[in-house]
Amino acid sequence: MSDARRPPAAVPDTGGAAPPPARATLNALTGARHLGLLVAIGLLVVVGLVTRPENFASASNLVSILSLAATIGVITVGATFVIIGGGIDLSVGAIMALASVWATTVATQEFGPVVMAICAILVGTGTGLVNGWLIAYGRLVPFIATLAMLVAARGLAQRMSDRKTQLIDGEGAIAALSTSRVLGIPLLVYIFALVVVLGWILLNRTTFGRRTYAVGGNPEAARLAGIDVRRHTMLLYALSGLCCGIAAILIMARTTTGSSTHGDLYELDAIAAVIIGGTLLTGGRGTIVGSILGLLIFTLITNLFILNGLNTSDQLIAKGLIIVVAVLLQRRNLKERAP
Amino acid sequence: MLVMRGIVKQFPGVRALDGVDLDVRAGEVHCLLGQNGAGKSTLIKVLAGVHQPDEGTVEFNGAQVRPSSPMDAIRLGFATIYQELDLVDGLSVADNIFLGHEHARLGFVNTGAGHRATREVLERLGHGEIRPSTEVGRLSPAAKQVVSMARALSHDARLIIMDEPSAALAHDEVANLFRIIRELTAQGVAVVYISHRLEEIREIGDRVTVLKDGRTVAVGLPARDTPTSQIVSLMTGRNVEYVFPPRAARPPGDKVLDVEHLTSPGAFRDVSFAVRAGEIVGLAGLVGSGRSEILEAVYGARPASGKVVLAGRQVRRGGVVKTVRQGMGLAPEERKAQALLLDQSVTANITLGSLPGFAKFGWMNRGRERAEAERLVKALDIRPPDPERPIRTLSGGNQQKAVLARWLLGSRRLLLLDEPTRGVDVGARAELYAVIRDLADQGIGVLLVSSEVPEVLGLADRVLVVREGSVIHEGDAGELDEHRVLDMIMNGRAA
Repeated sequence: MSDARRPPAAVPDTGGAAPPPARATLNALTGARHLGLLVAIGLLVVVGLVTRPENFASASNLVSILSLAATIGVITVGATFVIIGGGIDLSVGAIMALASVWATTVATQEFGPVVMAICAILVGTGTGLVNGWLIAYGRLVPFIATLAMLVAARGLAQRMSDRKTQLIDGEGAIAALSTSRVLGIPLLVYIFALVVVLGWILLNRTTFGRRTYAVGGNPEAARLAGIDVRRHTMLLYALSGLCCGIAAILIMARTTTGSSTHGDLYELDAIAAVIIGGTLLTGGRGTIVGSILGLLIFTLITNLFILNGLNTSDQLIAKGLIIVVAVLLQRRNLKERAP
Repeated sequence: MLVMRGIVKQFPGVRALDGVDLDVRAGEVHCLLGQNGAGKSTLIKVLAGVHQPDEGTVEFNGAQVRPSSPMDAIRLGFATIYQELDLVDGLSVADNIFLGHEHARLGFVNTGAGHRATREVLERLGHGEIRPSTEVGRLSPAAKQVVSMARALSHDARLIIMDEPSAALAHDEVANLFRIIRELTAQGVAVVYISHRLEEIREIGDRVTVLKDGRTVAVGLPARDTPTSQIVSLMTGRNVEYVFPPRAARPPGDKVLDVEHLTSPGAFRDVSFAVRAGEIVGLAGLVGSGRSEILEAVYGARPASGKVVLAGRQVRRGGVVKTVRQGMGLAPEERKAQALLLDQSVTANITLGSLPGFAKFGWMNRGRERAEAERLVKALDIRPPDPERPIRTLSGGNQQKAVLARWLLGSRRLLLLDEPTRGVDVGARAELYAVIRDLADQGIGVLLVSSEVPEVLGLADRVLVVREGSVIHEGDAGELDEHRVLDMIMNGRAA
């Protein structure tokens, strides 16, 4: 390679000036890289409008799509961090179940909704911290450590609940997150939105986010640049656990229960959403916005199948196809971008 | 048996081979000598079918051949044993030897036949004690070498190319290697042997070909009686024009680094030296001599006993995080694998080593980050001058400048540079040299490792010569010349 290499003629030489911040932000939010996902969502909306014009565009349906997306959405934010950081977390669904059970035991419920919420968050974060410690300092492969946690956390949840569904006060503050609305939208959707925004800021505006990309993209380079890769890895799983704890509160609100069966296979939906959103499983690359768009695609498909009274098995087949198509399209994009 | 004539191989920006002749007879050990960058590796890769020459002819047993792929080369009877052994650790000895040409029917491996054939080959090499079912990962380096050689034999190789086969071996293991080589040549196999150790070449070699700057400068010298001085002078005086910046006029300042009795078992022992502010200290030595390992140990990336003192404070054990915080920086040998975030922008790569300096409570001050990156891109003349560009689109020299820029942020006292000009073309080298000298002039201590002797001599103020894990000479760069350093590196005589 020659040093005299200049940018290709098509790219105007900006003389080193960065694009104006406003445009850069807009690019980051929607940008060309998410164009495919936006087109896919557009297509699904069109399908919805054509097949079920009377139901699809109704306010109540939109609210139900967002409420449906909220729980897994919060988990997806955490999963995006873990996967960009070069790991994988299979235990998210189980952690959420455990947190929901722990927060709804008779003993915890006595202390009221605030303590219940804090309990769910602490259980989630603590379990994630255990994952992270095993992976970062115990040198377990993430797949194995979180698989073990998936099994064990669900077992613990079953033990604590005696395999019974634990009800919470349907009129209480937690249930209100689902029933109370602001501008016609349930509070839990706002919580979801808040988590997404905070996640985006954490990933794009803080040293924590920078380190996440570095640790996932080239752990050796990150280590030699003086980043504590192990500590950061541990924190990533703790963050994922924290998101599971928040998700547990949301599912308690929606179902007014805590149960060891909550969040079954959520890990697959969350990972699928992250992949469709363009995050590489090898780490170092990906966006929160992409993951959320990926999740919306999944949720829209579920919604369309239900509205049209179609088989849930067909729904699964469709989702599987979408994962494959999304990844194939992204690979082509990658090749085009490579020099 | 093998005749190569006028081989030319061009890579973008470099003419790696510029008319190489090689002449190998059946049953001889033909030694290939030359400094780093002389073209030995490229020549081997032409024979191994990895590279195709742009010009020139290869004749084997009287017929013109053109190995177009590694498989093709093996079919011709060329086997290559690389410096880094290319064995699969998780497979058994037998599976490794017959990898790619298993004894199999309809895809089912015939384990019995494979083991029998393995035993046969290993016995031929005098190593019947290696069991075919043993996992290769459990073998010693010497035994791995034998397996590598057995693999070459299993292909019925007529020409075996060995790239520094003794680098990973202990002394008695080398004797065994030589015994095997002698048996092979007695059977009419030709061996092309690459080594930097002259005493080995004298012992095992028949004839010597010397490469310099991609050209053959001497063909078929007798390995035993050609005087060392003649061989060394053939290798030195390379034509590459290195432009080195002038050394600092003022004397170096206080000690920034003090290393005492640093030892890492198996890599180096009892190494002591100091680096002063504003001084560039060079470590000269072969790959595997322990020079890079010394750098790693100083940086805290490799466990070692002994004392490392940085600017008067002992470096606490606890790895890189601590040493970076105390003011060290490393530009590692493998730029892409160890230093760069290829998908990220130049800016993100530059600021990676000093993120906390750009943040308040974790919140990045992106304006200041961009300003600093822009300043450094300008100061080091990184081209194209766009800090937002993904770093993978930059040339090697500019990528390396970005790695150096990383350590210009924050208050660095000591920079460790491991092969800073690897993969960098000649023009960009001069710029890098100037940047490195400039760093030293700003009062940073620099510890430099390079396999290119002229680079160490031209750039460093003081030079340590490392051979087989020990520092065998320390002196001012001005008092040494390429000839003497090369002699020390290859013969081990502290002159």
